[in-house]
Amino acid sequence: MSPSSRPGTRSGPRRRALSAALLLPLLLGLAGCGSDDDSDAPDGAGGGGGGGDEPEVTLTVLAAASLSDVFEAAGEEYEAANPGTTVRFSFAGSQELVAQLNGGAPGDVLVTADTRTMADVAELTGEPAVIARNELTIVTPPDNPAGVTGLADLGDPELRLVLAAPEVPAGRYGQEILAAENIEAEPDSLEVNVRSVLGKVQLGEADAGLVYVTDATVAGDDVAVVPIPEEQNVTASYPAATLNDAGDPAAAEDFVAWLTGETAQELLGAAGFLAP
Amino acid sequence: MRRRRPPLTLALPALLAVAFLLVPLLGVLVDAPWGELGERLTAPAVTEALRLSLLVSGWALLISLLLGVPLAWLLARTEFPGRTLVRCLVILPLVLPPTVAGVALAQGFGRRGVLGEHLERFGVQLSFTTAGAVVAAVFVAMPFLVISLEGALSGLDPHFEEAAATMGAGALRTLWLVTLPMLRPALTAGAALCWARALGEFGATITFAGNLPGVTQTLPLKVYLLLQGDPAGATAVSLLLLVIAAAVLIALRGRWVGALHPRG
Repeated sequence: MSPSSRPGTRSGPRRRALSAALLLPLLLGLAGCGSDDDSDAPDGAGGGGGGGDEPEVTLTVLAAASLSDVFEAAGEEYEAANPGTTVRFSFAGSQELVAQLNGGAPGDVLVTADTRTMADVAELTGEPAVIARNELTIVTPPDNPAGVTGLADLGDPELRLVLAAPEVPAGRYGQEILAAENIEAEPDSLEVNVRSVLGKVQLGEADAGLVYVTDATVAGDDVAVVPIPEEQNVTASYPAATLNDAGDPAAAEDFVAWLTGETAQELLGAAGFLAP
Repeated sequence: MRRRRPPLTLALPALLAVAFLLVPLLGVLVDAPWGELGERLTAPAVTEALRLSLLVSGWALLISLLLGVPLAWLLARTEFPGRTLVRCLVILPLVLPPTVAGVALAQGFGRRGVLGEHLERFGVQLSFTTAGAVVAAVFVAMPFLVISLEGALSGLDPHFEEAAATMGAGALRTLWLVTLPMLRPALTAGAALCWARALGEFGATITFAGNLPGVTQTLPLKVYLLLQGDPAGATAVSLLLLVIAAAVLIALRGRWVGALHPRG
C-alpha cells in the first residue's frame, strides 16, 4: 500500500510505532473502566448536529428479559412520539444486567424485574419508579402430559420440573411461593433466566415450569397455563430508574416518566402486566 | 541465514491481533482474586462442578474415541457414497452456534425428539441428566478427534496396512497393531483437543441438558451462574478453566500447534 516505506532507514520510528501498537489496546482496555467514552458519545451526537431542529438522542435501556416483547413495541411508540430519539434495548436477566453495569456497560435507563436487584445498584441510579407488576404462573406443554392441576403437583418427584435459578428474580419468587406452601420441589434444571424455563416447556422437555404470567401470554398456544391462586402467588414489581452515567439525563428521565404514562401502561396491560 | 524483517504494514496489524487475543487473558489474570483463590476453588459448589466436568468430559472423550476413530478410518481409507456429506456432518458441530447445537440435540434426543421419543419409551432420559451433558459434549467435541485423525490417516502411507494384511492380519488387528501406533501423535493431539473442548462445553449443555448442580452444572455453567452475583468467583473459576486449556495446548506443543507450520 505505502510505497514510501523503506525498512532500512526507519528502524527507530518503527520500533516506537511497534511498542505503541502493543500498548494502545492495553491502554484502551484500562481506559474502558472510565466513563469518558460512554458519556462523550451521546453528547457528541446531541451537540454535533448543528443545523437540525431536533437533537439526535440515543437512549440505551437495560431491561429485564421478561420485558423484551412489550418493550420493543413501547420503544417504537416512544420514538414515534419523540422524533430524533432512538431507543435501543439490551435485554438480560436482571442480575446479569447488574453484573454488566458493574462491569462498566454503558446505559441510560435500567429496568429490573424486582426491587431487590434495583436496590443492589442504588448508588448507580436515580430514584426508581415502579412501572408494572407481574405474577407467576405454572405452564405446561399444551397437552399437560403430567396432569398438573396446581402448585401441590409440583412436589411430585416424578414430575419433570424446570425452575429459574435462585440467582435470578423469577427463581427467587418461585422459591418463595413453593416455600410458603411447604412444597419440596425437585427441579430437573435451574435455568439461567425465566425465558429459558419457558423454552424448555415449549420444547416439551419439561412437564411444568414456573414463569411470569406475561411469559405465558407471549407463548400463547405453545403452552397451557395452570394459574396460581392470588393467595398463593407473589407479586413482582418492575422498577425503572435513570442511570447516573446517562449521556442525556433529561431524556432518560423523560423516558422513565413516559413508562408510567397512559400509552406505556396500555401496552404493558395488553401484555399481561398488572398496573403499578 | 538471517530472517527477513517483517514490513511494518504487516507487523502492526499482526501485533494488534496478538494484543487483541492477549488482553482478555490478561484481564482474567489481573482480576482474579489471587488472595482467596484456593478458598474459592475448593468451595463445595465449585469442586462439585469440577468433579462433574471431569466425569462428563472423560465420558465424552471415551465415546468420541470409540465412535470417532472408526469414523476417521472410514473417511480416510474407504470410498463410499455420500462420503463428502458425512465429512460435512462431522465438521458441522464445529461451526454451529452452541445454542443451535443444543436445540438440535433437543429435537433429536430430547423427550419429544426424533430418537428421544423412542428412548423415552424404554425409560431412557437424556435431557436434564448427566448422560445428556455427555451427549452435548460428544456432539461438539468429537469433530476435533475425527478431523485430526482423518488428516493424519490421509498422510499415512497405506502400504504398511497392506503389508500387514498380506501377512494375514485382519482389519481390526491391523488397525490396533499397525495403524494406531503410527497415528499416536495425531491421536494424542486429537484426543487432547477433544477432551479440552468437552471440558469447555457450555451452550449445547445449558440448552439441552439444563443446569442442575451435581447433575448437569459443569464448570462453564457454574461460571455463568456465578457471574449473576459473584463476579470474583466467576473470575476464579474462569482462571482454572483457562489454565487447563492452556496446559493442554502447551502439552501439545510441537504436535498440533507445531503441525500448523509448513514442514519445508
